[in-house]
Amino acid sequence: MSGFLIDSGWVNLAYLVASILFIRGIKGLTHPRTAVSGNLTSALGMLLAVVVTLLANGLDYQWILVGAVIGGLVGGVIAVRVQMTKIPEMVALFNGFGGGASVLVAGAAFMITANPDVQTTVSTGLSGLIGAVTFSGSLIAFGKLSEILPGRQISFPGLRIFNALVGLGALACVVWLTVDPSAIIAYWIIVAAALVLGVTLTIPIGGADMPVVISLLNSYSGLAAAATGFVLMNNVLIIAGSLVGASGLILTKIMCVAMNRSLGHVLFGKLGPSADGPSADDVYGGKVKSTSPEEVAMLFDTAQRVLVVPGYGLAVAQAQHIVREMANVLEARGINVEYGIHPVAGRMPGHMNVLLAEADVPYDKLREMDDINTEIEQIDVCMVVGANDVVNPVARTDPKSPIAGMPIIDVDKARTVVVVKRSLSPGFAGIPNPLFAADNCLMMFGDGKKAITELVSALKEG
Amino acid sequence: MEALVAAITVFVLAIFIGFEIITKVPPTLHTPLMSGSNAISGIALIGAIISTRSDNPKLATILGVCAVALAMVNVVGGYMVTHRMLAMFKKKR
Repeated sequence: MSGFLIDSGWVNLAYLVASILFIRGIKGLTHPRTAVSGNLTSALGMLLAVVVTLLANGLDYQWILVGAVIGGLVGGVIAVRVQMTKIPEMVALFNGFGGGASVLVAGAAFMITANPDVQTTVSTGLSGLIGAVTFSGSLIAFGKLSEILPGRQISFPGLRIFNALVGLGALACVVWLTVDPSAIIAYWIIVAAALVLGVTLTIPIGGADMPVVISLLNSYSGLAAAATGFVLMNNVLIIAGSLVGASGLILTKIMCVAMNRSLGHVLFGKLGPSADGPSADDVYGGKVKSTSPEEVAMLFDTAQRVLVVPGYGLAVAQAQHIVREMANVLEARGINVEYGIHPVAGRMPGHMNVLLAEADVPYDKLREMDDINTEIEQIDVCMVVGANDVVNPVARTDPKSPIAGMPIIDVDKARTVVVVKRSLSPGFAGIPNPLFAADNCLMMFGDGKKAITELVSALKEG
Repeated sequence: MEALVAAITVFVLAIFIGFEIITKVPPTLHTPLMSGSNAISGIALIGAIISTRSDNPKLATILGVCAVALAMVNVVGGYMVTHRMLAMFKKKR
């Protein structure tokens, strides 16, 4: 890193300051009150790093401006226009762009390095490998989330052997590059192989596991940037990349725990134990009680504590705003309304919280699963809206079930449960839910938004 | 070798700092955390800018400019959308 208009010592000091600003910025995200200023702190760090880098000698400013304007416009328009329900798609796409950028930077850097040593060739190879897997894998994840591609698991025999061979081939090319650094073609073969690998690794993963995949790809995009930092021997890339890598890994782990799945099972498409469970008829036969909005409105007459448990179905039905209106009516009557959020309620970590925040639900009303489970017996009415597997008591009771051991919100322990749902159809796990047939459970069938709208008018009349 | 060890030191310490602070981010803010880290991974922009030096081969400059565009999508889009989301958490009373 030489050839700056100012002493490169100052440049590296500025990079250190930028790294500190990134860390302070993430620290701001540990509380909603400090989060906005945290994000701005992090952005300031980025600005500082970029401005200092622009002091390098002999830069092609015109072309940098062209690239920056195009990228900035695209990013800005997406950021302003994207709907909150589509944030997972956007994050998937951005993960991919980050990976792609690292591939190109490592490729360019390698081209201009005279007599690269082993550490440069290895980190260039890794940067190309991780970056390209991130790029194509993210595009597949984007396709699955936006339903351009089918969400189900797509697999064919021998896929794993194929992946292993392609992976080994890519690693062999890293060795080739190390032995003969003039063979730049080896780098592009690594990239091509990794692009294929990104597709074949992501395509067999089912829609239910997408929160894990996005988190993992998020981590990869950071690790690719860190690897590029090793190519350029640039600390700010290494630090920023490892922060993102660590963040993605933590979220991946949280998502796996929330679904009681090991990372290996998610990646290789294995479901949990699937002994033939009871059929839907056995579970539901004559025991399901249907209710009406008027009847539910009457339930609230004697209620003091109400818990809303939203699932992704709530977001699909765009019912978050009407749920908020229902809460307003109930709170005006002195009823305490809270929300129990399962970690995988949305389609990425924390997604449901953002959707509810958009509907003006105060964040201190959002309760985490473990927290609310300790008080669930004191809940008078629990409204489950568009959720299924995450409230299925089978996870607790039947060790042979595919969701056995998955942490759930124990809504079945509340005094009364009202489930708002279109039909008795199963969730991602494909199993019936005995909650729906429980003595304390009432089913309010219908589209979430329509059913709760009717409930709100029944409440206002009554 | 010494430079490599120094770089690995920085890498490992940064991962530890990352684990320490990110485990303290509450689940409510996990989505903004992800979009915010999208923005941070746009740090590849730094490398992209340097790749456009005029004494470099033309191809390196072309790759650099493409990388500038991709990384800028992350930086601008990531910070802006995170700001938009966090504002929704903030306006509550």
